[in-house]
Amino acid sequence: MIYFDNVSKIYRDGTPALEDVTVSIDPKEFVSIVGHSGAGKTTLLKMLLAQEKPTRGSVFFESMNVHELHPSAVPHYRRKIGMVFQDFRLIPNMTAYENIAFAMEAAGRADDEIESDVPYILELVDLSTKANHFPSQLSGGEQQRVAIGRAIINQPDVIIADEPTGNLDPINTYEVVEILKKINELGTTVLITTHNKGVVDAMGKRVITMDRGRIIRDDPQGQYIL
Amino acid sequence: MFTSLRRVISGGTKNFVRSGAVSVATVIIMSVTLMIIAFLVFLSALLSYTLSQLQDKVDVSVYFTTSAAEGDILNLKDQLQQMPSVATVSYTSSDEALMQFKQRHENDQLTLNALNELGTNPLGASLSIKAKDPTQYQDIVNFISNDTALQSGGTSIIDHIDYYENKDVIDRLTAAIRTTERAGLIVVIIFALASTIIAIATVRLAIYSSRDEIGVMRLVGASNAYIQGPFIVAGVFAGLISAAVTLLIFTPLTWYLGQNYTTWLAGFNIFAYYTSHFLEIFGIVVGAGVLLGGFASILAVRRYLRV
Repeated sequence: MIYFDNVSKIYRDGTPALEDVTVSIDPKEFVSIVGHSGAGKTTLLKMLLAQEKPTRGSVFFESMNVHELHPSAVPHYRRKIGMVFQDFRLIPNMTAYENIAFAMEAAGRADDEIESDVPYILELVDLSTKANHFPSQLSGGEQQRVAIGRAIINQPDVIIADEPTGNLDPINTYEVVEILKKINELGTTVLITTHNKGVVDAMGKRVITMDRGRIIRDDPQGQYIL
Repeated sequence: MFTSLRRVISGGTKNFVRSGAVSVATVIIMSVTLMIIAFLVFLSALLSYTLSQLQDKVDVSVYFTTSAAEGDILNLKDQLQQMPSVATVSYTSSDEALMQFKQRHENDQLTLNALNELGTNPLGASLSIKAKDPTQYQDIVNFISNDTALQSGGTSIIDHIDYYENKDVIDRLTAAIRTTERAGLIVVIIFALASTIIAIATVRLAIYSSRDEIGVMRLVGASNAYIQGPFIVAGVFAGLISAAVTLLIFTPLTWYLGQNYTTWLAGFNIFAYYTSHFLEIFGIVVGAGVLLGGFASILAVRRYLRV
């Protein structure tokens, strides 16, 4: 489903961010990418989102070469992927409801669909009572749950979560991981990067370990080893 | 299509309302800009009013000898009226000149007695000529001086032309009018440019605070047009409100100025001008506001839209 073919990214000043990365991810997999800061985890995700171009190699999503897409096709492509970030990145002057609805509006969905889907998703992430709260009125865990709601609302094929628990306390971390697991069980591919050993070990799923831009380990049922 | 348009408009309105202080600041700056633009409209109206008033006061009078035949003078009048540079020519006969003289001196018995002693009318007829443009007086005067038909029996029927006496004043006035017009135009352009740049910078600043938001919208898969739309709507909205504020402030302001400063402005009633040219001013202010807000927003958002 996702295939990185010999991808290298070397920045203009000569620093390599990725070197000869070849990896393939199947549908419905749950993959954790671990590694020290600067190992290239985030760069890998940015490649998949067409936010960065590889210096060498290609990235394929299904049969599409991501970096050969026409700029006007990029927004369409991104709707197939749900993004969750460490710093939530909600739109500050929109309520929880509107933040989630925005992703549907942007995808051109009809009003009645939005009116029926958003409350359902809010219930799924346990925020029905806070639909009209702005991000500044929500706790970190709640904001991250809104972000997850936004990521899954358009039923994407893949969820990409970049350090989704980096800013959360253990209880919120547990809740977020449980939601991601549930999403995966419902059939969505999940790709997360994390520094949290507890999260990775408890999952017992595939772990890709990166170091200095290279993949140094790829275990189908891995542990957090650095 | 219709749904997206509706969403863009409602998104832009919400954006504007929820941005609170930033929106207020934008409206204030844009209002100041629009006020400067509207003020310039008044200034140029005042300038052209004053110029036309001054130009109206300038004329050339040709005085004829008492022996000049009325037919010759009226003939000259017709010729002058056919000249494209001449606006009006008015004829005063020697009888009328005498009557006006008597009226002016009706309380001056001594002068009137002296006049009666003479027995004949000592005043000649005259033509008062107004040109369409003050620079054209020289040509008109040259025409009259060179007209050989005015020679009767070798002597000219023209007694004197007061242009030569006023020439210096007329020349200086003409130069002053030209300079004022040019300087006024330059000032207008500088002010309009400066205030437009400030307004654009303010809108940019307002959108700068949304740059992360724009990044998120892109990652959620929103198209560029869909991201840009609400910002443009918010910009146009700010422009419309600023235009309303400007027009609202100008109504009592021009009324006050019209009531108290009309004499000081040489008879130019600013309130009368505002009410009689309201549609024109309304169009300029609202049009400038909408263009300014929309254009500034497009410029500002484009910076953050590169994929």
